[in-house]
Amino acid sequence: MGEAIVITSGKGGVGKTTTTANIGTSLALMDKKVCLIDTDIGLRNLDVVMGLENRIIYDIVDVIEERCKLHQALIKDKRFESLSLLPAAQTSDKSAVTKEGMIEIVATLKQEYDYIIIDCPAGIEQGFQSAIAAADRAIVVTTPEKSSVRDADRIIGLLENTDVERPRLVINRIRNHMMESGDMLDIDEIVQVLSIDLIGIVIDDDAVIKASNSGEPVAFHPDTKSSIAYRNIARRILGENVPMQSLEDEKGMFTKVKRFFGMRS
Amino acid sequence: MILIIQDEDTQTITIKGTKEGLTLFIEDTCSYEDVITQLKKRMKEAEFTQDEPIVPVHVKIGNRYLTTEQIKEVESLIITDTKFTVESLESNVVSKDRALAWLDESDVKRVMKIVRSGQVLSVTGDLLLLGDVNPGGTVKATGNIYVLGNLRGIAHAGSRGNQEAIIVASYMKPSQLRIAEYISRAPDYETDGVYMECGFIHKEEDKIMIDRLQTLSHIRTDIRGFERRMQNG
Repeated sequence: MGEAIVITSGKGGVGKTTTTANIGTSLALMDKKVCLIDTDIGLRNLDVVMGLENRIIYDIVDVIEERCKLHQALIKDKRFESLSLLPAAQTSDKSAVTKEGMIEIVATLKQEYDYIIIDCPAGIEQGFQSAIAAADRAIVVTTPEKSSVRDADRIIGLLENTDVERPRLVINRIRNHMMESGDMLDIDEIVQVLSIDLIGIVIDDDAVIKASNSGEPVAFHPDTKSSIAYRNIARRILGENVPMQSLEDEKGMFTKVKRFFGMRS
Repeated sequence: MILIIQDEDTQTITIKGTKEGLTLFIEDTCSYEDVITQLKKRMKEAEFTQDEPIVPVHVKIGNRYLTTEQIKEVESLIITDTKFTVESLESNVVSKDRALAWLDESDVKRVMKIVRSGQVLSVTGDLLLLGDVNPGGTVKATGNIYVLGNLRGIAHAGSRGNQEAIIVASYMKPSQLRIAEYISRAPDYETDGVYMECGFIHKEEDKIMIDRLQTLSHIRTDIRGFERRMQNG
């Protein structure tokens, strides 16, 4: 029996889709059977980031409206046997995916897959409500910006009123030099305000943009900091105790992160 | 000088004159109809000269419960065609609903949660919040607000108009403080928050002030609440 994890943020453009793709890839690298679901109907991206756009025949709305069987809409990843994608529809609107439809699809997928990673649309309307309806766990993605933290806070509040387990936090797009100069919110500060457990920090990395443009998640090659960060998140999802990445080898930040992690674990 | 006027048959209504005016005792074992008849009779007996000043009357009705309509009736009987005005009407009893409402008003509601962006936590009485109020979150109470945690959002104390209400927080960096109808907001420049402080309405300055918690003992000595509110009822 698998587990469904929703990746959500409230605000758009903080890296939900990238996080979904990379966590999925990382889990698949660790021999888990993973299915990614894109619920951002009308603005689908996950297939592009995964490089699977030209293989789409049916999508999630076709499944819900019974124009095809669920297994027909699933796209096998070109790199891993164990990774699949259920793409979003590009032509319908967000109301096409209902709570009941999602719950049914996820329940079916759970029988076959270890992890179902749901890429949630931005906003808190019906698309969000449907996306979280079937989730067991949630990962909230934020960037070190006030507006994004504010929206993450709102999302956590909404998740608290559901059956979803206590969400965990990914802080994405960290720019180290800005954090040090105080122009960006501190990691400690963000975690203190949101008061949920941190599951990963990801540095702002050109490689991420390059990778998603080439349709190959950055986590696939372990040669960048962001790639390691995503793989660490996947390991933490599996329950491993991995220390937080140091942002830079400078002593100040290093001890800060270490001290911080010591408090958390 | 105390003047006691006796009724012939019963002592339904006793009137005592004091320096503060007249005190009117209404006996609490007879029927309400008797009270009305007696009251009408006694008020007719009263005679006033043209230039007599207005006499304040304090009505004490003992262990009798009067409804709002009955109170109005009694009051109007006393004031019509006389030089009396009803200063107060005191009863030893209140209805259960009223008592429960008072209790609710004076109760400290303990809540353990983080009030996040977009959430509103509203209580009757005092609020003791064990947790934070995040930016964009709102807490509201008809009484005082005590936050054992970080207050970063909006706090509204005395939301039904109690200007005596205060807001206390372990760490205070609110976006707005509201007390009764007063509003104050954070300055436009970035500030550090303050620890263990309280917000209250400063009567002379006519605005909300934030000061160290220790000053509370000077400005609000009657924070205990329940009895005070019963008096204000």
